[in-house]
Amino acid sequence: MTRAPRRRHPFAGVAVLLVGLVATGTAFAAVNAGTSAQASGAVASQTQVEAGRQLYVEGCASCHGIAGEGTEEYPSLIGTGAAAVDFQMQTGKMPATSPGVQVIGKPRNYSDDEIAAIAAYVASLGAGPAIPTAAELDFAGADLSEGGTLFRTNCMQCHNFAGKGGALSDGAFAPSLMDVDSKIIWEAMLTGPQNMPIFSNETLPPESKQAILKWIDHLQNDKDPGGLALGSMGPVSEGVFVWIVGLGLVLAVTVWIGAKVR
Amino acid sequence: MSLTTKVGGATIDYVDKRTGILGPAKANFRKLFPDHWSFMLGEIVLYSFIVLLLTGTYLTFFFKPSMAEVVYNGSYVPLKGIEMSEAYASTLHISFDVRGGLLIRQIHHWAALFFVAAMIVHMFRVFFTGAFRRPRELNWVVGGIMLMIGLLEGFAGYSLPDDLLSGVGVRIVSGIVEAIPIVGTYLMFFIWGGEFPGTDFIPRLFIVHVLLFPAILLALVGVHLVLIFYLKHTQYPGRGRTEDNVVGYPLFPIYTAKAGGFFFIVFGLITLVSAVVTINPVWAYGPYVPDQVTADSQPDWYIGFLDGMLRAFPNWEWILFGHTWSWNVFIPGLVMPGILFTALALYPFFESWITGDKREHHILDRPRNAPVRTGIGVMAITFFGIATINGANDLLAVGFHLSINQITWFTRIGLFVAPPLAFVATHRLCIGLQRRDRDKLLHGRETGRILRLPHGEFIEVHEPITDTEKAVILSHPQRRPLPMPAKTDENGVRTPRYRWRWIQAKLSSFWYRDSVETPSAAEIEAAEEHMRHGIGSEHEHRGDFEISHHEIGESETVEALTSRSEED
Ligand code: HEC
Ligand code: HEC
Ligand code: HEM
Repeated sequence: MTRAPRRRHPFAGVAVLLVGLVATGTAFAAVNAGTSAQASGAVASQTQVEAGRQLYVEGCASCHGIAGEGTEEYPSLIGTGAAAVDFQMQTGKMPATSPGVQVIGKPRNYSDDEIAAIAAYVASLGAGPAIPTAAELDFAGADLSEGGTLFRTNCMQCHNFAGKGGALSDGAFAPSLMDVDSKIIWEAMLTGPQNMPIFSNETLPPESKQAILKWIDHLQNDKDPGGLALGSMGPVSEGVFVWIVGLGLVLAVTVWIGAKVR
Repeated sequence: MSLTTKVGGATIDYVDKRTGILGPAKANFRKLFPDHWSFMLGEIVLYSFIVLLLTGTYLTFFFKPSMAEVVYNGSYVPLKGIEMSEAYASTLHISFDVRGGLLIRQIHHWAALFFVAAMIVHMFRVFFTGAFRRPRELNWVVGGIMLMIGLLEGFAGYSLPDDLLSGVGVRIVSGIVEAIPIVGTYLMFFIWGGEFPGTDFIPRLFIVHVLLFPAILLALVGVHLVLIFYLKHTQYPGRGRTEDNVVGYPLFPIYTAKAGGFFFIVFGLITLVSAVVTINPVWAYGPYVPDQVTADSQPDWYIGFLDGMLRAFPNWEWILFGHTWSWNVFIPGLVMPGILFTALALYPFFESWITGDKREHHILDRPRNAPVRTGIGVMAITFFGIATINGANDLLAVGFHLSINQITWFTRIGLFVAPPLAFVATHRLCIGLQRRDRDKLLHGRETGRILRLPHGEFIEVHEPITDTEKAVILSHPQRRPLPMPAKTDENGVRTPRYRWRWIQAKLSSFWYRDSVETPSAAEIEAAEEHMRHGIGSEHEHRGDFEISHHEIGESETVEALTSRSEED
């Protein structure tokens, strides 16, 4: 696998241009005019950004500010990048509804196209981590056991050894990784949502991320060699099992023999 | 049955004729044991212990207790090429490359969890029935030591594979050792042979796990069984059962056959579970690396209460005289378990001190007839339960969407509040049951049949209870609390150890408080007379029970303890 240092996002050019324009306080209409002379593909992105902006204003601006600048309570989105938006919206966390210890994912109300549009718009506000490409997410060549070591070093203290999730303090928790796809995992590492640390491409290079993807894929799909895994929650589920099923079985037989052999 | 008896007799005969050594033992083989399913609990413990010895021996053939670093190159692909200790590598080797290794490992571990669970159930059977009373106090103490060593033995086994989970456990234990005031750090360096984790601990722990503790346990099991044999087994109250006899089957062949079969049932069920359900998947945890830890790091269930107390304890730490005093670890990690186990072992002596009851008991108590003891038992279970639950606080938090901090506070309060509540509720329940017993004696049992009398009144038909039921209820001797000591005797001399005896008498009156008076023989007679004539309705006498010996027929079943002791 070749190194893929922060590939340029297709919209990157537009984004940089738009940042400049927003920064100078030019009206958005002017942006339209200023870029109208570009190639047709870019024009498509241009309309996408505009569509994204509208969706943003309807769904997100109440919290994150009219131009993503954030409000007193809510974070600014300038510079969070497309990956953060894609992660938050694909997992149904944004737009957030109930305030609580932790924003929880809900069934999402936005289509893939709409999410892409909002992502493009947010990316246009300031450069940030981009949505990973298919090539980045291809972990076929990665080293499985290295992925295991990386997972145990970086992820397991919160997400449990089998990726089943775990508790953090004050009611926060790291969710199970059993149903997330590679793109979401990558974006989570890049953007570090809520209590999760950011694993940027500097601290955790893309090939390490690929190894982790491979390990999580192994956790999701390979059967436990020892038999039923009882939810892979460690000794607690084993203890519950031995009392209820193990001792239960033997006591039932004991009472039965006691009643029978007379 | 009679065939088994014959074959058994013939076997004894055969061996006896050839060796002669069985001559004196012959009487012992005919020794009677009472029959009740709850008396098989001790057997279950024994059998799971044997399973542990058998499977553990197999594991020692392949396990390498060494901290030497190796690169894993076995057949489990997800760990290939990883650096690890030989201990961990050999555990993986047993799991994936030794014939039957994984199954044996799983049997060994499931049997360990099962062993302790069965031991605790057995202990509570002994506790709630008062089987620990004189002359069996010593056997209770032996049991208590076995329980403690059983826990330590289990923990030692859990720590051997040097996987991530066991390493975290060992780290906590080293922390507990370090928390011992003043000498902790030296002690920890001594035990671990230097800094944690070092290379000495696993080989040392191995000897403790496969030699030291099993040898002690085996010796104590021997003492335990010999004591049961000499002191005879207790029996539940019933008609024909007295403090001086034993009603049951002979040890040989009935019990031996039953026991042999039962061993295979226990072994079989543990094997079944082990073949289907994985336990301690060490391959999933990875090797122990001191800076790694996984969510849901937990000890095996029987250490959970210690972990739970540790997790609940406030973070108290002093720095005094150049030493760190880690009360936050020392108290829940060593002081509290020390107190709990001492209290457990000394309980029989405490109880007889309170009740002033120094007589021998061979008929078991019904839990309701010792409300304070039963209450204490339920209180202990409650305490143990809450502490254990807190040991799993992180899983509960995720499973029930709670906050770990809330659970910690719930535990801190619950550990003090819930056990007394459980005590009061249990005590009440016992007293209620005692009242019901008295009612049954005096008014018979409610049958649920409603009768309309000629003048229109409805009554529920009461039936006299059976003789067995009566014998069971009346088995409990009415006892009285110790008298309050007088402060001074008639000459005005202060009573020696007055305070002490005052406490004893106070506790004693608490012990018997609210106990329901057993009706006198005359009262019962009168009540029965009344029942016979009160209602002119038919009443079928349900005295159709038989003591088991009527069915065995040819073998003796009732023996006098006094005569037995002469032979012994
Ligand atoms: C009810 C208020 C609310 C609404 C509406 C809302 N958000 Fe958020 N958003 C939050 C809060 C609170 C956070 C911080 C939580 C966190 O740390 O992840 C957040 C965080 C984010 C982040 C992550 C920021 C970072 O630094 O990683 C992104 C991206 C985001 N929101 C996008 C959106 C988008 C897109 C929408 C509209 C579809 C939206 N949000 C709607 C409250 C809101
Ligand atoms: C400090 C604890 C912590 C660590 C370490 C951590 N995470 Fe997370 N992770 C979290 C929390 C908390 C969330 C939930 C964030 C949210 O929902 O916004 C999360 C969410 C995720 C998600 C999204 C799951 C979903 O369904 O929304 C993925 C994927 C993920 N983490 C992967 C990883 C990987 C891979 C690593 C290791 C490189 C890792 N995490 C390390 C705490 C952690
Ligand atoms: C290695 C663990 C143990 C083994 C193998 C074991 C085995 C047995 C067996 C086979 C019996 C006779 C059957 C029965 O009453 O159930 C028995 C009785 C007894 N056990 Fe245990 N036991 C163990 C642990 C304990 C513990 C932890 C205690 C209490 C602290 C205890 C206290 C007693 C007492 C007092 C009796 C006599 C009961 C009576 O005569 O009614 N034992 N044990």
